Amino acid sequence: MTAPRSAALVGNPNAGKSALFNALTGARQKIANYPGVTVERKAGRLMLPGGGALELTDLPGSYGLNATSPDEEVTRRVILGELPGEPAPEVLVVVLDAANLEQHLVFAQEVIALGRPTVVALNMVDLAERDGLVIDPLALEQALGVPVVPTVAVRRRGLAELTAAIASATDRESDPHLAHVTLTERRVTAHAIAEAAIVSETARHRLHAKLDRLFLHPWLGPLILFGLLFVVFQAVFAGATPFADALEGGIGALTDLARAHIPPSLARDLLTEGVLSGVGSVVVFLPQIVILFFFILVMEASGYMARAAFLMDRLMAGVGLSGRSFIPLLSSFACAIPGIMATRSITDPKDRLTTILIAPLMTCSARLPVYAVIIAAFIPNRPVLPGIGLQGLVLLGLYVFGIVAAMLVALVLRRSVTKGAASGFIMELPKYQMPRLGDLLLGLWQRAWIFLRRAGTIIFMVTVVLWILLNFPRAGEGENQVDASIAGKIANGLAVVVEPIGFNRDIALSLIPAMAAREVAVSSLATSYAVGADDEEAQAQQLGERLKADWSLPTALAFLAWFVFAPQCMSTIAVTRRETNGWKWPGFMLLYLFALAYLFAGLTYWTAVWLGLG
Amino acid sequence: MGQGRIHPARTLNFDLDQLLRMTCNKPPLMAAPAAMTLDLLPIGHPARIVAVDWASLAEEEALRLQALGLDEGAKVSVAYRGIFAGRDPIALTVGRMTVALRRAHARAMRVEPISA
Repeated sequence: MTAPRSAALVGNPNAGKSALFNALTGARQKIANYPGVTVERKAGRLMLPGGGALELTDLPGSYGLNATSPDEEVTRRVILGELPGEPAPEVLVVVLDAANLEQHLVFAQEVIALGRPTVVALNMVDLAERDGLVIDPLALEQALGVPVVPTVAVRRRGLAELTAAIASATDRESDPHLAHVTLTERRVTAHAIAEAAIVSETARHRLHAKLDRLFLHPWLGPLILFGLLFVVFQAVFAGATPFADALEGGIGALTDLARAHIPPSLARDLLTEGVLSGVGSVVVFLPQIVILFFFILVMEASGYMARAAFLMDRLMAGVGLSGRSFIPLLSSFACAIPGIMATRSITDPKDRLTTILIAPLMTCSARLPVYAVIIAAFIPNRPVLPGIGLQGLVLLGLYVFGIVAAMLVALVLRRSVTKGAASGFIMELPKYQMPRLGDLLLGLWQRAWIFLRRAGTIIFMVTVVLWILLNFPRAGEGENQVDASIAGKIANGLAVVVEPIGFNRDIALSLIPAMAAREVAVSSLATSYAVGADDEEAQAQQLGERLKADWSLPTALAFLAWFVFAPQCMSTIAVTRRETNGWKWPGFMLLYLFALAYLFAGLTYWTAVWLGLG
Repeated sequence: MGQGRIHPARTLNFDLDQLLRMTCNKPPLMAAPAAMTLDLLPIGHPARIVAVDWASLAEEEALRLQALGLDEGAKVSVAYRGIFAGRDPIALTVGRMTVALRRAHARAMRVEPISA
């Protein structure tokens, strides 16, 4: 008998598949998308006792072969071998949550009925025992007709036995009768099998009920949620600063090193001013992204995420979304990239697309430096009410403006381009669980790697192109390089377009490099106005004074309004392309954001001029 | 349904349930009508789904609800309700699972109260 070369984990969501997958394959995992869809394909190598290895894939959690989401569709097609380029796995490993046996046996029967080599992993037996459930694996094995191995993925229990069972799994006779069993019949059978396999059963999960009574409490629940979110944001903004500074310092040191060792040349400038500063300005967001994802992964692994979605569902339903959109949108306040990456937990494709499209409207942290400079320069620092200054109020107003715009856009999109029957909000609230550090670190590493890989590829290319646009053709004697460059010419053209909304040529020019990262607009303006200062604060101060002299108040306000929509972030466009599998939606996003940015900047400018603020 | 109306109902039903257990097995008619839709079921009261108006739900929703075991004959009880307008969504206890769904889905299901 030859050992199988491939196997796949299948099972209901929350059966502990991912933890089992991590425990079986370790860190040797490959993550990609299934062709044509944005469903994650996780594969790793499972070492067999005989010395060989097989490819183990972790299929998306599914309630049955009757797909109701793109995730379940992938699972169904992979199991049945219908996905082009993806041969059907030779062995199917059905993962059951021991504490939820009856429910999970429904899908298990469906998989077993296919007659393929199958092994059942009776997972999380320790948690079941904690809940007072004792299950007899042998009784289960007899009822199901396939090997059953009790496992505790997080404690690495039963892994060797499971691997051995996978290695020796054999073909079985498929029972043609079983293929025509209805869901109701399967449920009745599941009940009977579970009943027979459960040796003893006492009071049901007390701990979960207790935690839910707290977390889903009508007013304590939301209070805890917002308290938690406050901690998350505090950590993201304050906690990331030293790391971001260190990264910035590291990039600065690299730049100095390059300057010291490479003779002055265009190639050196490309390396220092193009690649290092461009890619660097995106990479400095890595600490924020890692911290944000740490909290997201903890919330997901512990089961709290589903409760947050439950609490916020009604609010999101108002604009045609569901509670699942809440966390991704919230993450977008730090940066739209992790926000859009986090939309993968939204099962409904239309909901997910809408969430991706409005994510850039959440005021990301990269917009803060821009807001800070303009507000400090143009908004008088006087109190409106005791303790509430006008500057702070304007900043808050910009955040609220972004949120309101996002909600309105969602409302419109849900009735037009992303119209369709929503699956509403139907989800299992999983049991609470202590997240395992190893799984968290692996998840964090995977997210960070996705981000860095993008910084190394598409963002690298964009910054090189931007550098070329800004540096060619070379300026002649006494000519400003920026004015002579292609970007300068583009800015001249752009200036004509943005003139009606009160933007001058310098603003038009600053919008071009701001495509790499929004806050680059500030340093670009500083360059245009030849503001040179050693540290950032002094630079911002000097820049503010120059802007005050050069810009009218309506122009400054229009600039702020433009940045609420700030459509020019290439990283967001790139991650949208990756997450929607094509250029159609990032293109649409770019168009609608530009249109709104132009419209609202214009409205702001014209209103301000009309009010005589200029 | 306001929060204020749920808690008194619970204590009221509790007494009635005890009373009924002593007399007969019929569902308490006064506290809860023999058949009502799931969205009106008070918190903590076990009930059985007797009929589901699948036609009023989108196909995907129907499949998902069935996959989670919410089908005719299932024993359910309302565990929690949302915090905003209409106290939507609803968290149900189905077997050993907790399932969240919206009131609109619950409205499609007729339930009859059972004694615990």
